Amino acid sequence: MLRLSVLTLLLILVSCGEAEKKKPDTALSEPELGAEAQKDSMPLAVYDYQGLEPLLNRDDGKTYIINFWATWCAPCIKELPYFEQVRKEQLQNDVEVILVSLDMPSMWQSHLIPFIERKKLESEVVILDDPKQNDWIPKIDIDWSGAIPATLIYNNKKRKFYEQPFTYETLNEQLDTFLN
Amino acid sequence: MKNLKTFGLVLFVILLSSFTSGTTEAVEGYDIGDYATDFKLKNVDGKMVSLADFEDAKGFLVIFTCNTCPYAVAYEDRIIALDKKYKEQGVPVIAINPNNPAAKPKDDFAHMQRRAREKGFTFPYLLDEGQKIYPKYGATRTPHVFLLEKTGKGNKVRYIGTIDDNYARAEAVETKYVEDAIDAMLAGESIPLEKTRAIGCSIKV
Repeated sequence: MLRLSVLTLLLILVSCGEAEKKKPDTALSEPELGAEAQKDSMPLAVYDYQGLEPLLNRDDGKTYIINFWATWCAPCIKELPYFEQVRKEQLQNDVEVILVSLDMPSMWQSHLIPFIERKKLESEVVILDDPKQNDWIPKIDIDWSGAIPATLIYNNKKRKFYEQPFTYETLNEQLDTFLN
Repeated sequence: MKNLKTFGLVLFVILLSSFTSGTTEAVEGYDIGDYATDFKLKNVDGKMVSLADFEDAKGFLVIFTCNTCPYAVAYEDRIIALDKKYKEQGVPVIAINPNNPAAKPKDDFAHMQRRAREKGFTFPYLLDEGQKIYPKYGATRTPHVFLLEKTGKGNKVRYIGTIDDNYARAEAVETKYVEDAIDAMLAGESIPLEKTRAIGCSIKV
């Protein structure tokens, strides 16, 4: 019973939040985010799902490649160069790449930041830190089991979610279906 | 705004229905109510383990996990605690490493033995040699939990998903999905949430 009322409250909070919260850039200062200690010194944006959601729903004519990854995920690391390369090659086609890191808070300073520097990543990297995974995973894609790597490609005409690793060729193949 | 929300809801329902109709055709993995296969896999102590060996069990908490995935590691202590709590109630943990050691050398049998010893695993930790069992269950990541209830017709799948709602901090957990499911199963009640999702490491093939 208690749980039900908590859930109801949560739903109300969430639905209220949606109306007001449209500025992902302010998410860094949101008090409800986890890992308070580390957040202040973070050079990356740290979002909860609500904060991230606008990035998954932009309607500005661009094509977005949103890749969910983590430094501990070997197949993710393997495909990162393809996203980097495609981003460079497709700049004139208004393609943007956002790398959403799911690294745990304890790994941000020790693994994530050094990794970004070492690999000289040029795509935008943001952090999704929201432990309520069962709530937000199906919102990103109803079929997503939660395994990574996973990638969402969308523009204002088309949207597709891929729970799979990409090669340079398969990424281009899929991206082409958005650009034509 | 309201129209948009209604539209979103309608879209969601359409997506949901297309999803459920899609999965009935797909033959990959178990759904709630299916009967799970038994197996005969090598434990870290060198002995072969099957579900049928546990004559007095009322059910099983089959957990696909491994040595190397940070999420699996984050849950190790909680898996040990689950085994301690529920083994005596007739629902032991059976951990299975689904990863191919050729793809992930630190998930090989010797590393499994070492990890089990270091952490003091109180449950079988089995290697899915040849990776034949995890696809039957439909495990996609580690850790991935399947709660089975022993019935006259076989081991019935009662819950599929993650352990609780906060991988990062055990002390901040609000809903213990697996414990709620086992408690309900043992009490003969319906399970509050039968399927949950979580981020995990993909299984290495």
